[in-house]
Amino acid sequence: MAEKRDLLGGPPATINVGLEVFADTLQELGFPVVQVDWRPSAGGDHRLTDLLSRLEQSGDSNAEGTN
Amino acid sequence: MRNTIEEANQAALSNMYDADPVLVDVAPASEVMPQLGEGTLLHAGPPVQWPAMCSPMQGAVVGALRYQGWAGTEEEAAALASGGSVSLQSAHDFSAVGPMTGIFSPSMPVFVVENRTLGNQAYCTINEGLGKVMRFGANDDSVIERLRWIEKTLAPALREAVLRAGGVDLRPLMAQALAMGDEMHQRNVAATSLFFRAIAPHLVRGSSQQASLSEVTDFLVGNDQFFLNLAMAAAKSAMDAAASINGSTLITAMSRNGTNFGIRIGALGNRWFTAPSLMPEGLYFPGFTSDDANPDMGDSAILETLGLGAFAMAGSPAVVGFVGAGTYRDALNYTQEMGEITLGHHPHLSIPNLDYQGVPSGIDLRKVVETGISPAINTGIAHKEAGAGQVGAGIARAPLECFHQALEALVNEMESR
Amino acid sequence: MTVKNHVLKNVYRDSVALMRLSREMEGLENVAQATAIMGTDNNKELLAQAGLLADSGKSATPNDLIVAFDLTPPGREEAVMTSVQHRLMSGRQGTSGGTSYRPRSMEGALQTLPQANLAMISVPGEHAAREATKALDLGLNVLLFSDNVPLEDEVDLKQQAISRGLLMMGPDCGTAIINGVPLGFANAVPSGRVGLVSASGSGLQQVICLLAESGEGISHALGVGGRDLSDEVNGAMMLEGLRALREDSATEIIVLISKPPAQSARDRVLEAASRCGKPCVISFLGEQEERASRGNIQMEDNLESTALRILKLLGKEPPGWAFLDDKSRKQIESIIASTDPGHRSIRGLYSGGTLCYESLFILRNLGHQAGSGLEREQVGGDLLIDMGDDRYTVGRPHPMIDFRSRCDALVQAAADPEVGVVLLDVILGYGAHPDPAAELAPAILEAQKIARNGGRRLACVVALCGSPDDPQDMDQQQKTLTHAGALVVHSNALAARIASAISRGAAGPLPGGDTRG
Repeated sequence: MAEKRDLLGGPPATINVGLEVFADTLQELGFPVVQVDWRPSAGGDHRLTDLLSRLEQSGDSNAEGTN
Repeated sequence: MRNTIEEANQAALSNMYDADPVLVDVAPASEVMPQLGEGTLLHAGPPVQWPAMCSPMQGAVVGALRYQGWAGTEEEAAALASGGSVSLQSAHDFSAVGPMTGIFSPSMPVFVVENRTLGNQAYCTINEGLGKVMRFGANDDSVIERLRWIEKTLAPALREAVLRAGGVDLRPLMAQALAMGDEMHQRNVAATSLFFRAIAPHLVRGSSQQASLSEVTDFLVGNDQFFLNLAMAAAKSAMDAAASINGSTLITAMSRNGTNFGIRIGALGNRWFTAPSLMPEGLYFPGFTSDDANPDMGDSAILETLGLGAFAMAGSPAVVGFVGAGTYRDALNYTQEMGEITLGHHPHLSIPNLDYQGVPSGIDLRKVVETGISPAINTGIAHKEAGAGQVGAGIARAPLECFHQALEALVNEMESR
Repeated sequence: MTVKNHVLKNVYRDSVALMRLSREMEGLENVAQATAIMGTDNNKELLAQAGLLADSGKSATPNDLIVAFDLTPPGREEAVMTSVQHRLMSGRQGTSGGTSYRPRSMEGALQTLPQANLAMISVPGEHAAREATKALDLGLNVLLFSDNVPLEDEVDLKQQAISRGLLMMGPDCGTAIINGVPLGFANAVPSGRVGLVSASGSGLQQVICLLAESGEGISHALGVGGRDLSDEVNGAMMLEGLRALREDSATEIIVLISKPPAQSARDRVLEAASRCGKPCVISFLGEQEERASRGNIQMEDNLESTALRILKLLGKEPPGWAFLDDKSRKQIESIIASTDPGHRSIRGLYSGGTLCYESLFILRNLGHQAGSGLEREQVGGDLLIDMGDDRYTVGRPHPMIDFRSRCDALVQAAADPEVGVVLLDVILGYGAHPDPAAELAPAILEAQKIARNGGRRLACVVALCGSPDDPQDMDQQQKTLTHAGALVVHSNALAARIASAISRGAAGPLPGGDTRG
């Protein structure tokens, strides 16, 4: 798991996923922001996203089994 | 939450990053690959039989059969191959990799690269130079003659020198070449020079073949891409060290046979997942266009599998000119894009102008499927007709379909446990 | 075919650079085929095969650059070489920049911005939970703007966040301001002593704007999404926000805003607030309960009273925005005098859901049988519609950004002979329309004209929710709307009371004039 990142300690540095107008505002005001060129996971192919979730689950359940 | 996949991938990455490839010998293929016997040839990419082979690969098979003396003429060779009496096998199954057509026959000398960390070995043929060469499907007498010279003159001289040197450490050499602007797929001029500097004293000192020394040195200095095959063997030794780890989603091989593109993943060992090879995008030599090009071909994508080639473009901006605007920014973008589908950065292969950050290294099957970002591969472009040779160079993408198939197979495997 | 070779002695260029140059040369006038290549034996052979090797080229050494081209028709050789020399010596033109890489994933973005601590997510609802989970896995706090996220996903996401010590604002969180950084629909308000946690975006904006107009700023404003105080979510994130503000040294007063919460959420929030050690103003909008003070907690039931309470705690004089000036008062009296009591129904057309909700209960408290578009039950003549509700935004932008649907509804209302008052909100700030008055003023003029043509008079009352520092220029917005004939106030509650006064034909109870309170 990644290290948690405290939010209220200073001006946030933002990763914007979605509406670009929010990133534009931050950019214009000079706050750090990166826009993600977001596309639906696996190109929106539900069969593939389902496979990815099943893979994650089987990884977890196998881990539980071996612990 | 850590699960078996993350643990498996960490284990695979450690093996891959810790690999310490050393050139320990230059030996006939049959000597180090005993299974490569009479009647057997190896080829690049996932397994493919004669009828499905592209023209350049068929040309190379014909050439190898003549070189090996199993056929006298082209017609005899073609009849032999099409009759099914030659066993054609994927080089990857022999811990071997070959550029473009990637043909191995028993008598061909190969570089023997040993991963000193785990002790596994990998093999690659010796680069023939430019022009009419077997890796592009050429098979006339001049090609056979050069292969014989490599076998009889070059390889013994190199073998003596390598043994006298006590092996040549490739990891520091490759790190230095990367710092000098090579990504070691399209561009090997620095690596080749460094290799020559490392081997020259041992070639010269006490050589038993003084007479042929000038031929050998002329050959080495006349081919900027000489090191490509050494880099490939080094990459193969690292990727084999990371292969066959239960639960790992690491891509352990990417390769093309000129017809199909294939990948392997850590969890599923030697299984290939294949889809038709795509056409590279690039620049062409005088007199050629994309109409002349064969689909993407060769085992050299093992370099991208490790994190070199297109993945290391930020350290090799001269190479990015093949596509798009060709600016340094474009080179950087390739490296950043590939960073989105890799599990880490290679600790020993770093890019000076990225503040010595390592190249993005270790392609994750899940990330490729999830982002839809397909691995980019720097590549030479072969003429689609056997024997015409190289017509250009450019950048190809791996077909995503391979990754989709691999994911499905992996889920089935994991769920059936 | 006229093949020319120029040999440039001891000139080296990389082979890729030369292949690019070759391609560029082939675009020059008269050039049928061209190659620039170093003079190695192998390269000369390639040139010969392509029919591009002339006698002069044969003498080139590996250190020489051969420029070979075929001129068809002949001529322009000098011009071609000038162009080649220029390209060789001047580097690549106009391409020094190139476009920056746009990361495709949050992990990719983290490589560009390693110090990132917040993911703002506004992807379509069906993908939102997945992206939010990824962000939390990466250790990022989340502001989830997306709506249409299943309730069970919200519960799950907030539990994940809590177990990681992260904030999960939303789903359907439109507004937050953290250390002065506006996120989503937010206003340019000063830094100050008041920290807020809100389950309502427009409610939050109303309170901080009223504070800003009185010169008071905020430390942080955290949104938690409209369902945070439901039975299922049980105030999970409001409690986390409260905890964060309790520990935040800049925050002196804590403000919590929500529509009426579920009982258990209400109990948890009140219990935590009572132990937070700072004065708390809790605004459960429309709760039919006496405004009360218990220890450090002050309960309020509308946004205006919440802002007033905060200002009082800060020791501020009663602000101007709470009162009507004489001119407005006279205008209201004149409207009442010229309006037929049979044509005085109220039609509210809102972009802020909570502002709509607040107006609705204020009207009901004043004895109106007001219905809402949401409930679809038209009990009396008065009807308020939240045009930001999903039902009205299918396939079009939010009414804070796009005024077309509200302008259409305004003109339609004007044609209804029963309607005597139109209530509107205009929300300024980042993310909102850059010039709402320019959109709304013509519709207001047209609506009044339609009413006049029907022999009626239509009152337009606007709650202008903005901060003096907002990019839209609040003063100019007010002037434009006033000029179009609207009655403009800054408190949404006051706007609702004005509408009620006009509708009932009695301006008496309104604050202002001589009474001042």
